[in-house]
Amino acid sequence: MKFVDEFKDPGLARKILKRIQQLADRPMAFMEFCGGHTHAIMQHGIRQLLPENVRLLSGPGCPVCVTSQKDIDRAIALSKFPDVIITTFGDMVRVPGTTYTLQEASASGSDVRIVYSPMDAVKLAQEHPGREVIFLGVGFETTAPGIAASILQAERLGLRNYSVFSMHKYTPPAMRGILDGGEVHLDGVIGPGHVTTVTGSKAWEFLPKEYRMPVVVSGFEPLDILLTVEMLVEQVVKGEARVENAYGRSVLPEGNVVAQQIMDRVFQPADADWRGLGIMPLSGMAIRPEYSAFDAETKFDIPDVPSREPPGCRCGEVLRGVIEPPECPLFGKVCTPDTPRGPCMVSDEGACSAYYLYQMDDI
Amino acid sequence: MRKEDRITMAHGTGGRMTQRLIEEVFGKKFSNPILDRMNDAALLPTGGGRLAFSIDGHVVSPLFFPGGDIGKIAVFGTVNDLAMMGARPMWIVASFIIEEGLPMETLRRIADSMSEAAARAGVQLVGGDTKVVEKGKGDGVYISVAGVGVVPQGRDIDAGNARPGDVVLLSGPIGNHGITIMTLREGLEFDAEVTSDTAPLNGIVEEILKAAPHVHVMRDATRGGLATVLNEIASASGVGIEMDEDAIPVEEPVERACALLGLDPLYVANEGRFAAIVPPEEADAALAAMRSHPLGEKAAVIGEVVESHPGRVVLRTSLGAKRIVGPLTGDLLPRIC
Repeated sequence: MKFVDEFKDPGLARKILKRIQQLADRPMAFMEFCGGHTHAIMQHGIRQLLPENVRLLSGPGCPVCVTSQKDIDRAIALSKFPDVIITTFGDMVRVPGTTYTLQEASASGSDVRIVYSPMDAVKLAQEHPGREVIFLGVGFETTAPGIAASILQAERLGLRNYSVFSMHKYTPPAMRGILDGGEVHLDGVIGPGHVTTVTGSKAWEFLPKEYRMPVVVSGFEPLDILLTVEMLVEQVVKGEARVENAYGRSVLPEGNVVAQQIMDRVFQPADADWRGLGIMPLSGMAIRPEYSAFDAETKFDIPDVPSREPPGCRCGEVLRGVIEPPECPLFGKVCTPDTPRGPCMVSDEGACSAYYLYQMDDI
Repeated sequence: MRKEDRITMAHGTGGRMTQRLIEEVFGKKFSNPILDRMNDAALLPTGGGRLAFSIDGHVVSPLFFPGGDIGKIAVFGTVNDLAMMGARPMWIVASFIIEEGLPMETLRRIADSMSEAAARAGVQLVGGDTKVVEKGKGDGVYISVAGVGVVPQGRDIDAGNARPGDVVLLSGPIGNHGITIMTLREGLEFDAEVTSDTAPLNGIVEEILKAAPHVHVMRDATRGGLATVLNEIASASGVGIEMDEDAIPVEEPVERACALLGLDPLYVANEGRFAAIVPPEEADAALAAMRSHPLGEKAAVIGEVVESHPGRVVLRTSLGAKRIVGPLTGDLLPRIC
């Protein structure tokens, strides 16, 4: 099967779009929780292809974007400790802290290295016994098991110089936060495909049960997304609310049990501060006390840095689906991918960068 | 001379050891009447027309990769910059900054490769320089190549020449070189065989210009990929460019590697592919000429130059929507979530 081509088949796409057109008999709004979905939607021009009355709103599913300013500043502060190597996924290095970015800290003496896997960070710790390797843990349930595994690996290897600064978060609380906030009217949710691969589609049952909200879990190819929208429209029109899985090739109802177990072994829920959503109870992943030897927050007395959100930045409202990026006065003018003001413009999963890169605003 | 097996700082002093290094490793490989004079600068005969003059530095790591090596891309890189201007590349000079400790055998392999590449491209190496830096201050070897070519009278190929109505041609599938390097460097392994597309483009360019003498613009899609060079041209010419996603050739293993890594092939570097912007009346002839050459077998029409959205490049997606293709911003980073 020529995997990539078949999920872009224009003939099938047209059929699905026609069905959506026929079914959608009223205005409806769906939120794509995941930043990866926002990018895929923008990249393939899906918003343009859907009928006028079906709106897609981007949500808070960008782990770098929802990291609080304070956490960014604390990560940068960690980079200033002597003999520390900061390891991170690529997006984080360009996010503006209150004073500067990790990339700038790197240029002025901090040792900051981009890795593609936390196991690379563990390897670095092995290779540099005299230095502390700190991994900046940013991500939802998709990445957390991998980071948990790296801690278990470090433990197995008897390493004393590897730690994680956990800024990891759980996704269901964010969905609750948006719905409880009542700022946007939603008729359904496009469920995050990769997160749900780990958590299982059962993790979203609370949406129909407690909020009468239809959910369809989606893959990332254009046809995945179009099919998902069609299924959501159908639920709305029939007055139904249930969890459907349109990403069956990756998602099971129970999810990836091994990944869940590894994640739960190392992490436990704790209150966390989300950019745009504020402090949400039991929404963050803290490293359990039995693994405190690998917890950067326990090992380092991180100085309290006075944090300030970038003035004028409306990332928070974008993350809650209240505004679309072009409605932010900084968008495209002072805030661009080359000169970002906030994380939404930096991150590959950020709504602002997706809109900037692909939007046909005046064409 | 005793065959030393590693470059040492002594090779970089400019004295006898430098002299012997140049003679033994480079002089023999590139011998020609101009080089053999070993002057400070090469004196070059021209036959009228304009000179094209270009320089490129190469710092690729690893030094050797499927489809090529640093020496080969150093030669072809400069040859191609000249060819893109419609120049006939004639002479190159090369500077080598060598890290102490580099095995002599590695340097010989690179020199061999460059000699072959120069012969294939039909250029002569007429000068060069070597320097050695302490261990840790280099990455094996850095190579800079400057080149001179002659642009025959009557040719006018320039980034600012694109006009609405022009046809945009692409010489072949994109993304091969960048994916080859990225997968090697990151230790990623794919089942698929991807090799660098590095190649000298002067031959195929001459074929095109014979059939379509009024080509407006040509540019090879190196760092930043096809998207970046088309944006540069759109800006320089003050025109818009529109292209069809389905018309852009990408080999399947490259497409899969990009999908896995979250990369867009439009931004991945190439070393032997170029875009040509051709007036509509010569487009068929240009395409036929491209396809008749081994390096252009998969050449395709990918889009057109338009009056609207000057300076911007727009993609018509497979599904029929339109989106902007901007120039590359920041680094090409695979996705994290």
